Amino acid sequence: MPAKSIGQEYMKGLWAENPVFRQLLGMCPTLAVTNAVINGIAMGLATSFVLILSSLVVASIKKLIPNQVRIASYIVIIATFVTIADRFMAAFFPPISKALGPYVPLIVVNCIILGRQEAFASKNSVGRSLVDAMGMSTGFILALLLLSSIRELLGAGTFLGYQVLGEWFKPWIIMILPAGAFITLGILLGLALLIEMKTQMRRA
Amino acid sequence: MELLTILILSILVNNFVLYYFLGICPFLGVSKKLDSAVSMGLAVTFVMTITAVVSWLINHLILIPNDLSYLQIVSFILVIASLVQLVEMFIRKISPPLYQALGIYLPLITTNCAIMGLALLAALKNYNFITTVVFGFGSGIGFTLAIVLMAGIREQLELADVPEPLKGAGIALIVAGIMALAFTGFSGMIQ
Repeated sequence: MPAKSIGQEYMKGLWAENPVFRQLLGMCPTLAVTNAVINGIAMGLATSFVLILSSLVVASIKKLIPNQVRIASYIVIIATFVTIADRFMAAFFPPISKALGPYVPLIVVNCIILGRQEAFASKNSVGRSLVDAMGMSTGFILALLLLSSIRELLGAGTFLGYQVLGEWFKPWIIMILPAGAFITLGILLGLALLIEMKTQMRRA
Repeated sequence: MELLTILILSILVNNFVLYYFLGICPFLGVSKKLDSAVSMGLAVTFVMTITAVVSWLINHLILIPNDLSYLQIVSFILVIASLVQLVEMFIRKISPPLYQALGIYLPLITTNCAIMGLALLAALKNYNFITTVVFGFGSGIGFTLAIVLMAGIREQLELADVPEPLKGAGIALIVAGIMALAFTGFSGMIQ
């Protein structure tokens, strides 16, 4: 495989290898915290913080970690940054921290983060790992933003708490409920695959 | 009475998969065949009950008395990872047939966010020891119920004419959505 340029390394996280829509990773937080846009953004930023810093650390000390205990070492590194993110949010943004509940500490078992350490940061240079982590984070934030915008708009008629749809609009309560999360993500996955199939047909 | 409420709450009303969205990966990944779904469910129930016991002990005997609650995340994840290894070795020694049945599913459980979620939720809700164990067991049964129902539906879906882009994960999520909607009906049971 020819080496990717830095730009391609970044862009692949947005669509071709988007963690949510193409790799089906990190589904738990994607479904759980997207009932309001603000929660989706907070979750996306917290996950990005952990992903980017963990990738940096893993890529820079990869030669020091013995192969047999690498997974355990990655988990400790990730858990350290998750603790920092969790404490930071609890101290400076208590309402959001309360709304996200156990899902901030649960970033530690988000498969996107461990997956990128194992598949990328442990084999590539620090610079490339940074770009890769930034690309994946952007892809994850975009997916959360899309899902939470649809759910908040249809479920409450608001966007970021501001009333967008007028008086005539009756909120679809189901979109705020867990059921709405599953169905919306299911349809979005289908749409993503449809777009991919169409573009591939055009290329062929 | 309170224990019964917790049990029903954790199995039906606050179902781990359909309410908390925990354990989605095995829920989507291991729900293609009914018998493997049952094995996965049993393995998760088993590990969840043990995790509930161990995480409560660690939290209340070590972390809280020493004012170290901020180490919860690191200590829980390490304990769960080593616990799953121990359970695997233990079952292999004690009961080879059970190991044959659960075998490949046990290591997968380490990365199952439902286990970590259980430890964190139990700590967050400040349950006492017995309640935590019941909560862990009930949550495991709830997970089993959801994944077995899902596997039953997916075996039928094989025969259905699903639009091409929705095949696989897409239709599975939509089915899960309809299941979640049905489970919402239970929420009036306990108030």
